[in-house]
Amino acid sequence: MQNIISLKNVTKRFPVGDGFFTALEDINLEFKKGEFSGLVGPSGSGKTTLLNIIGSLDSPTEGTAEVLGKNISALSHKESALLRNHQIGFIFQEYHLLPVYTVYENIEFALLLQNIEASKRKKAVMEALEWVGLVDKKDSKPDKLSGGESQRVAVARAIVKRPAILLADEPSANLDAENAHSIMRMMQRLNKELDTTFIFSTHDEKVMGYLSRIVHLKDGKVAKDEIREPIKNA
Amino acid sequence: MLLFKLAFKNLIAAGLRTWLSVGVLAFAYILIIFYNGLLDGWNQQARTDSIAWEFGHGQLWHADYDPYDPFSIQEAHGEIPKEFKENLVPILVRQATIYPQGRLQSVLLKGIPANQNILVLPTRSLLESSDGTIKAIIGSQMATSTKLKKGSTVLMRWRDKNGTFDAMEIEIADVFQTNVPAVDNGTIWVDMSTLAKITGIEGMATYLVASKDFTKPNSSNWIFHSQSSLLKSIDDIIAPKKISGYIIYTMLLGLAFLAIFDTQVMSIFRRQKEIGIFIALGMTRWQVVRMFTIEGSSNSLLGAAAGAVFGTPLFIYFARNGIVMPDYAQSSGIVMSQTMFPAFGVGLVVTTIVLVIIASTVVSFLPARKIAKMDPTLALKGKIQ
Repeated sequence: MQNIISLKNVTKRFPVGDGFFTALEDINLEFKKGEFSGLVGPSGSGKTTLLNIIGSLDSPTEGTAEVLGKNISALSHKESALLRNHQIGFIFQEYHLLPVYTVYENIEFALLLQNIEASKRKKAVMEALEWVGLVDKKDSKPDKLSGGESQRVAVARAIVKRPAILLADEPSANLDAENAHSIMRMMQRLNKELDTTFIFSTHDEKVMGYLSRIVHLKDGKVAKDEIREPIKNA
Repeated sequence: MLLFKLAFKNLIAAGLRTWLSVGVLAFAYILIIFYNGLLDGWNQQARTDSIAWEFGHGQLWHADYDPYDPFSIQEAHGEIPKEFKENLVPILVRQATIYPQGRLQSVLLKGIPANQNILVLPTRSLLESSDGTIKAIIGSQMATSTKLKKGSTVLMRWRDKNGTFDAMEIEIADVFQTNVPAVDNGTIWVDMSTLAKITGIEGMATYLVASKDFTKPNSSNWIFHSQSSLLKSIDDIIAPKKISGYIIYTMLLGLAFLAIFDTQVMSIFRRQKEIGIFIALGMTRWQVVRMFTIEGSSNSLLGAAAGAVFGTPLFIYFARNGIVMPDYAQSSGIVMSQTMFPAFGVGLVVTTIVLVIIASTVVSFLPARKIAKMDPTLALKGKIQ
């Protein structure tokens, strides 16, 4: 399978007082197209920082992060926005839905930014709503949804543009067990159907059970890179 | 277009905060347009009336004539040159005294040809009667202050060209209604030939009023005052009123802009996560800045819409019916009609809206530009930056 993410000697430091805090140190990883993998580790191990770099929301202090053949550090604001808009989907722990928009409009948003024509937009949004089973909630505002429903909308928003990479930061942290399994099964199905590369950041055992590759991070370093058969399958 | 759509959605969702700003802006729009419309209407009416009743299309003044110097008026006249016979109406100004109800009142006695048609004064009423009575016309303010009316007689005393006093009963042939105090207050109009006869001053004038066909001749004894220079006095009266108006609505707009600025600062502070989401979903930082700027400046668009809803019927009513001014306004010495009609021109409305939108855009942009420096990863966490 083709490599779509390549991290070489990636180090990330944040200024703290007079010194620096090293969040990531000398990370070397590659992710292939269609992988269903996860970054696992305790809080402060650098999972989210690494996801942010892959998602071009941040850039490494040292080393090279190449995503879909593009060097993240060399991208302008506009180029990295374009990369995120077309190729990368995000799912957040707190869902991060836009509160004033309906479910439909939240999902449609990414397509609006791509200037896709109205009829194609509608078709894609309805398809995404069917994938996540929320067609009947399309006119609801986020504050009327349960946690599980909100996370499904976040998944639909991330996949509606058919990104090459989907980054999910602790997607099950605010969900009960039933909803967490439901969401993971749905994402596993989407991974198989759309061949999208999924990278999770998690320390939730329930999520880990679905992953075919687990990268263990500890104190900003790769402690273990484990390829395995997922325990659970959709 | 997308940014406008998103901005409007966010604006409407902000609820009461939006409507407070919009309400103040709508009120400011209505006040600015109404006050300026009132002054413009006053200005237009005053100009039209002053041209029709007093200034014509310019005046030729005798070199010694100074309307603000009562001591020089008596001598400030000269022979009317032959080349001044056409397109001009001569006016001879003398001082006189009348005795209405036994009281003494100084007046300006102005002689004007009864058959003139440059000014709208009803001078036809001055044509001499068969019994030899001196006929005079006065304005309604003068009539009120002297308690004279059409058909009344009053004793008038004047000096002839040698300085000798003479006196005679005059008859008020007509009382005219005008908005121009200079032709009304303290002024008695008589026929030029009658005035020449009773003063012995023949073929002379203090000033001449020009018609629109008049072309200015070269004459050192007569100074030409163009219509625009004569109208300047009206502009000079209205200009300070405009300035005081500017102060009022600058304060009002200041309040509205402060509300917009405050809302923007609060929005950017409270909606950091939302800003992070927009960037994560693929918006550039400057797109987000533009969206927040449009959101803030859209207050002024909504304000214009709300102002139009409430203001238009109000403006139409006052433009049609005018505003009735109190009686004492007429005697203030300023050209002011009994009913003042505001003039709400398209230029005034468009200029006001455009200026307010530009100002609100600047006020909205100033806090929004901070977004361009935000770290999206911190914004997503809602950390204050």
